[in-house]
Amino acid sequence: MLGLALIAIPLASGDYYINLASQILIASIFAASLNLLVGYGGLPSLGHAAWLGLAAYVWAWLSLKVGLGPFATAAVALVATTLVAGLFGWISLRASGLGFLMLTLALSQVLWGTAYRWVAVTDGDNGLRGLVRPSPFGIDLNEPASFYYFTLLVTAIAFALMALFVASPFGAALRGTRDQPRRMSALGHNVWLIRWITFVYSAFWGAVSGILFVYYNKYIHPASLSLTASAEGLLAVIAGGSATLAGPFVGAAIVLMLKNYVSGYIERWNMLLGFVFVFIVIFMPEGVVPGVRRLWSRWRSR
Amino acid sequence: MVTLEIAVTLALELRNVQKSFGGLPATHDVSLGVVPGERRLIIGPNGAGKTTLFNLITGDVRRDSGAIRLFGEEISRMRSHERAQRGVARTYQIITLFPNDTLEHNLVLSLLGRSRSRWDAFKPLALYRNLIQEAQGVLAQVGLDLLATRPIGEVSYGEKRRLEIAMALAQKPKVLLLDEPFAGLSSEERAAMKQLIADIPREVTVVMIEHDMDTALDLADRITLLHYGRVIVEGTRAEVVADPRTREVYLGD
Amino acid sequence: MQYWIIQTLNSLALGGLLFLLAAGFSLIFGLMRIANLTHGSMYMLGAYVGVSVLRYVPNLWLAALIGGLTIAVFGGLIERLILRALAGNALGQVLVTLGISFIVADFCLMVWGGDPIPVPTPAALQKPIIIGGVTFPPYRLVVVAIALATAVGLYLLMERTRIGAMIRAGVDDRQMARAVGIPVSRLFTMVFCLGAFLAGAAGVLGGPIMSAYPGLDADMLPLALIIVMLGGIGSLLGAFVGSFIIAAIYTFGTALLPDLAYMILFLPMIVVIAFRPTGLFGRPLS
Repeated sequence: MLGLALIAIPLASGDYYINLASQILIASIFAASLNLLVGYGGLPSLGHAAWLGLAAYVWAWLSLKVGLGPFATAAVALVATTLVAGLFGWISLRASGLGFLMLTLALSQVLWGTAYRWVAVTDGDNGLRGLVRPSPFGIDLNEPASFYYFTLLVTAIAFALMALFVASPFGAALRGTRDQPRRMSALGHNVWLIRWITFVYSAFWGAVSGILFVYYNKYIHPASLSLTASAEGLLAVIAGGSATLAGPFVGAAIVLMLKNYVSGYIERWNMLLGFVFVFIVIFMPEGVVPGVRRLWSRWRSR
Repeated sequence: MVTLEIAVTLALELRNVQKSFGGLPATHDVSLGVVPGERRLIIGPNGAGKTTLFNLITGDVRRDSGAIRLFGEEISRMRSHERAQRGVARTYQIITLFPNDTLEHNLVLSLLGRSRSRWDAFKPLALYRNLIQEAQGVLAQVGLDLLATRPIGEVSYGEKRRLEIAMALAQKPKVLLLDEPFAGLSSEERAAMKQLIADIPREVTVVMIEHDMDTALDLADRITLLHYGRVIVEGTRAEVVADPRTREVYLGD
Repeated sequence: MQYWIIQTLNSLALGGLLFLLAAGFSLIFGLMRIANLTHGSMYMLGAYVGVSVLRYVPNLWLAALIGGLTIAVFGGLIERLILRALAGNALGQVLVTLGISFIVADFCLMVWGGDPIPVPTPAALQKPIIIGGVTFPPYRLVVVAIALATAVGLYLLMERTRIGAMIRAGVDDRQMARAVGIPVSRLFTMVFCLGAFLAGAAGVLGGPIMSAYPGLDADMLPLALIIVMLGGIGSLLGAFVGSFIIAAIYTFGTALLPDLAYMILFLPMIVVIAFRPTGLFGRPLS
């Protein structure tokens, strides 16, 4: 049913809403990939924007300076980002719990700061612009509707593969390491390796969202790599509920729609983001949907 | 005259194992050797370092010095999961099951630990029929097959303890470490657990920590008494019971 | 030669400021297991408060004191009202401090605007000192002196006072400390306020060197993080050593290799973590 609704959107709405829907899909891939780490792996990360941003920058730079053709460019961007994720994952997993969180934050800040300062490559605060959406298989992605369907296809594939991942023996082992890491070791599972693979896999899909992101915006700026961007992703996961794959989808929709509406009325998106964070963490830590349900039933039983 | 020396490779051997935590020795120069198929009971008052000993064997804790050998192979530098792969299995004093899952799922996780399928990230676990059947088989062995699809939260403490044993057995271990398997059980459950342990085939070497000596002593071939991290007495049940140092440890000090 | 002297002093002064920032962060992390992501914003807010105070009271030292106290109160409120409500939820506490840092950052933008606000060096310290033909900017020297004095003060506090002993016990083993009757929750508030005070005061003291500007928090927080991961959580010595190492890399790196300086900044931390996950002087969190 949801699928039909998603397919029907461009037929029923104007360009503004179609584009919003595209953005939500891209954000949902980003949030869902983060959730593989957070919800299923029990490894909260504040550095996920690094993958979106790095893939977007590599793609942008290659498009502007080296003409490789759309597939090769996307492939190189994905591979490069995944390799860096392998390295960052290794470093971050030297610690666990809060130490891991701090390392993911610190490492993504390296990329953020570098994006600002390595002006020769990234053009610093100006960002990389003048990008053109590719035409895979000759499909023109410049129209909102065609871009939307393309994104919808990629999102469907992403979610399908992530669903398989989560339902597979590896996914079960991952959840085991989240719940009882010592026990998993004692059972013969290589907890470190499970976590590292998940880190890299989650970064891969983050990179995919980054490629779609730069296709959509035709522009990339260091702010997309910032702590704020990572925090928005984490907020989407928490708000939607980290226990399922659908949660991040809902969360991404919530965060994006909030952002879109708010920027129309208030300039203070950051402040609102902060308040929403504090509110949700204190009052609805399990996610907006379960949280609202809980508060509603408590209100009714007074 | 020709003397034949038959060397028996010990299933588990500790030689001069030492472990201190921040200056305080928890395991002090411990040496012991367990023969394949043996049932060894480790006893001692609280704080004697029994669980620490288990942690040293499984790799949860790194020893400071000394050798730990599994069927002749030095394992003291291996990580936990590598030792598990080589045949070490254990149960825990405090229940450490997977709280959000069914009994069956708990057992499947245990089976996966030794299976190459654990790296499969593309085929749903629910389609692994043979794995699920095997899990049900092990659950049947300990009498829990009827509760297979119940979540952990819904089963009794005694049933959880049995599941712990089942999970360890599912690993097809060579050496099984049982940490206080009778703790907190009613007398009925204790009898059932005793039978369960007695039924474990002799291919598996069993080392058990236990406080409840009435029940455990019957199961043991040999007993090691620990106190303050040291081996005080070791021998058959009769030898240990008769030894004056045993009384000292439990009544004196 | 003159250039390198200036750079060295810049590096030492930055190291001093970073120490004030990182020491508080490390203590809070070590004792309370809270990664206080508001710490960068506290520094920035302190700087802005200092700016406002200076408009009425043209005394930088007083401004630093008032700025520090204001942030200490702010920190105390956060700890008592919010962090305590999330006791036991380590991730929740981190996320809440993150949320608060966003709120503070936007608040500063609202109140003080988007342009950097320079902070004047105290008049008495504006004239450079010339020794042997070499010019030394005196303010930087004073900042280093203040940092050293604070380091000594913190050391004495930790090693020679009962409170310090209690804090150390709490860092080592929180449950044991509670069991022995140490008033852990009061200690928590004290340490949090102390950390906040140091951050706020440092923000004001850093004013003449780096001004107050939006984004100051985002610049300072990662530095505090790197220093604490490098030096070891809960270790004052680690914060001290780490601060000067990072400050040196930052200053000389920016001078020599501006484009890649940011990346180089993280290298020592990465190298140390790779070999010693608990940092140079840290101990594994219990």
